[in-house]
Amino acid sequence: MHIVVCIKQVPDTKNVRIDPDTHTLVRQGVESIINPFDMFAVEGALKIKDLNGARVTVMTMGPPQAAEALRETLGLGADDAVLLSDRAFAGSDTWATSTTLSAAIRKMGDVDLILCGKQAVDGDTAQVGPEMAALLDVPYATFVKKIDIEEPGFLKVLRQTDEGSELWKLQLPALLTVIKELGEPRVPSLRHKMRAKKAEIAVWGNAELGLDPNSTGLCGSFTQVVRVFSPQRRTNRIQLEGSIENQAEQLFQYLKKARVPGL
Amino acid sequence: MKAIVDGQKCTVCGVCSDACPMGAIALRENQVEISDDCSLCGICVDTCEFGALSLPEVGHGPSEDLGSYRGVWVYAEWREGKVHGVSHELLSAGRILADKRGVELGAVLLGSGLDDQMAGELISYGAEVVYVVDAPELAHFTDERYSKCIVELVNRKRPEIVLAGATSMGRSFIPRVAAGLKTGLTADCTELDIGDEGHLLQTRPAFGGNIMATIICPNRRPQMATVRPKVMKPVRMDGRQGRIERVELPSRCFEARVEVLEVIAEQDQTAKLTEADVIVSGGRGLRSAENFHLIEELAGLMNGAVGASRGAVEEGWMAPSHQVGQTGRTVAPTLYVAVGISGAVQHLVGMQGSQVIVAVNKDASAPIFDVATYGVVADLFEFLPEFVKRIKRER
Ligand SMILES: Cc1cc2nc3c(=O)[nH]c(=O)nc-3n(C[C@H](O)[C@H](O)[C@H](O)COP(=O)(O)OP(=O)(O)OC[C@H]3O[C@@H](n4cnc5c(N)ncnc54)[C@H](O)[C@@H]3O)c2cc1C
Ligand SMILES: Cc1cc2nc3c(=O)[nH]c(=O)nc-3n(C[C@H](O)[C@H](O)[C@H](O)COP(=O)(O)OP(=O)(O)OC[C@H]3O[C@@H](n4cnc5c(N)ncnc54)[C@H](O)[C@@H]3O)c2cc1C
Repeated sequence: MHIVVCIKQVPDTKNVRIDPDTHTLVRQGVESIINPFDMFAVEGALKIKDLNGARVTVMTMGPPQAAEALRETLGLGADDAVLLSDRAFAGSDTWATSTTLSAAIRKMGDVDLILCGKQAVDGDTAQVGPEMAALLDVPYATFVKKIDIEEPGFLKVLRQTDEGSELWKLQLPALLTVIKELGEPRVPSLRHKMRAKKAEIAVWGNAELGLDPNSTGLCGSFTQVVRVFSPQRRTNRIQLEGSIENQAEQLFQYLKKARVPGL
Repeated sequence: MKAIVDGQKCTVCGVCSDACPMGAIALRENQVEISDDCSLCGICVDTCEFGALSLPEVGHGPSEDLGSYRGVWVYAEWREGKVHGVSHELLSAGRILADKRGVELGAVLLGSGLDDQMAGELISYGAEVVYVVDAPELAHFTDERYSKCIVELVNRKRPEIVLAGATSMGRSFIPRVAAGLKTGLTADCTELDIGDEGHLLQTRPAFGGNIMATIICPNRRPQMATVRPKVMKPVRMDGRQGRIERVELPSRCFEARVEVLEVIAEQDQTAKLTEADVIVSGGRGLRSAENFHLIEELAGLMNGAVGASRGAVEEGWMAPSHQVGQTGRTVAPTLYVAVGISGAVQHLVGMQGSQVIVAVNKDASAPIFDVATYGVVADLFEFLPEFVKRIKRER
């Protein structure tokens, strides 16, 4: 079984804080991390590898330094890594991203299962997984928290919905987007880390993928960002004062005036 | 390709460099330098007050006759025979868009054994026509079948705008519809409008809610967006007239390589965070699982749901389904009360869309106060019982 895990490098939000005066982002040097949901996907793939045996390829589309993210997952036990990097890919919306990623999957040819995170914590759209599945014409399930392989050629997955859970059976090849309950990432082992350091990471540009340049990056995108602005924040916070009884009374009156249901 | 700097206009003030999420803008002696890390996101363009930054002009022109697409559609989601609140909200928002464009507002209803009552309800929220696809294969939701049906309907009727709720269902299958139609999709919008050129202006939070972006889909139709629940106002207009069209679709629309084996409803109704009008959340400041009864009592008094920070979930005091934030649920209730929660950015992104935010924390410098409407600097173990007492006095 060949599993491809799609990972994305994102700005680390751990050091991000909102400046109380300017209400803008405060960042102490932008460090990059692997999108947390993608780490759950890597763990999910490695669990399948442990249990059933599988070849795990990690893949990312990004700038050359995204190779570091791939190396990190090789340290966890992934077998191969592919970096899709080309200036022609810059500025991709989810359609162009999915087009490029699925072209790479087609080039690999023998892929049985594709794992993605539920969403990337920067773009936040959760669209790349389902759009890739559509482009590859494979069945998929979103928000997966458990994967079982009982029957060859099929998967049983438990997915989280707003209302509860659903147990689905999918025919392979298939694509899943996964959430935290699938399992926290393992710690890298020394053996894998040593291998990761020396591992050769394949870099594919558009020359390798052979896509029409008009269908990648900014040119290939259907959506266009026309304006970016800071969200309006509450500048007029009301700080309650006085004794505990007093504060409770004030809050009660404010909430009543604000027509909070139930009060 | 990367953002372009106009050296004549640039004052090397550094605002763009601070704003760049990729860290791709460096300040040199007397110029700004953009590295290959630039992702062309355009954030810098907007922060520059001197108009010195721009994005390269590209993109292919309109690919077909965009004018032949007319009408606004809302995908009507339902559960157990009842229309989902977000569909009411979207019809009301769609009504305004349709009026601005001078076109018809339609609703699409997919399912099995659907009666006209649900369709009638959609009409009373603004739909002029309801397209109903009724087939046994649609009894349970699956991405494949639901998306194939909508793709087929759109190809037949050619609406210019298609909206759906950003629920777990909408966020799951609408991207497949967009890809199937080869068009753009904007996720999780909080604002919709029609621009001067007639395009749909879709505004959404990104980077974990730290920025807002307005997005258009200029060259493809339909323009598609998922919209966050509880943001738009539902307006019921009784006595409205509309027509119900039952549509037969070819059998290929009902083929699927997915089988739904079991649907397990969440036992714990209090975890229904995303739909609650009031949420009371507790954090590490609560000190134990037992103390969460304080949170539960307050939530109960206001018919609200109980939320938790990851801190409290990690301690094992609350189930993960209650977690609010980046790796938990995103919520936007009328009232959000954060008790003993410090306000880490990963928590804030999940709740800062709430209408009224109350923060209770003994540390006056806790970042949660930055997003609070009302701040209570107090020991929660003293304040909560007092506040509960105050509410009860009125009963
Ligand atoms: C402010 C802003 C708003 C935007 N809004 C939209 C929008 O509404 N619609 C739109 O189409 N585009 C939008 N974009 C563009 C979008 O962020 C990019 O297309 C991005 O490359 C992918 O989207 P995402 O980050 O939302 O990923 P998601 O779709 O949330 O990612 C889901 C999963 O897909 C996989 N994945 C995603 N990207 C990659 C990658 N580069 N390499 C490997 N795997 C990956 C990962 O497994 C990830 O967990 C926006 C960009 C900005 C800057
Ligand atoms: C990738 C990633 C994803 C994450 N996702 C999430 C997420 O989805 N949701 C989330 O919540 N977090 C998330 N986190 C964790 C987040 O960074 C914080 O660690 C977490 O939110 C802290 O929880 P807390 O506020 O309950 O605890 P703490 O930060 O420990 O805060 C406790 C607060 O309680 C106050 N307090 C203590 N005693 C009292 C008292 N007696 N009366 C009043 N106040 C009191 C303290 O002053 C303090 O402010 C994530 C982190 C990472 C790295």
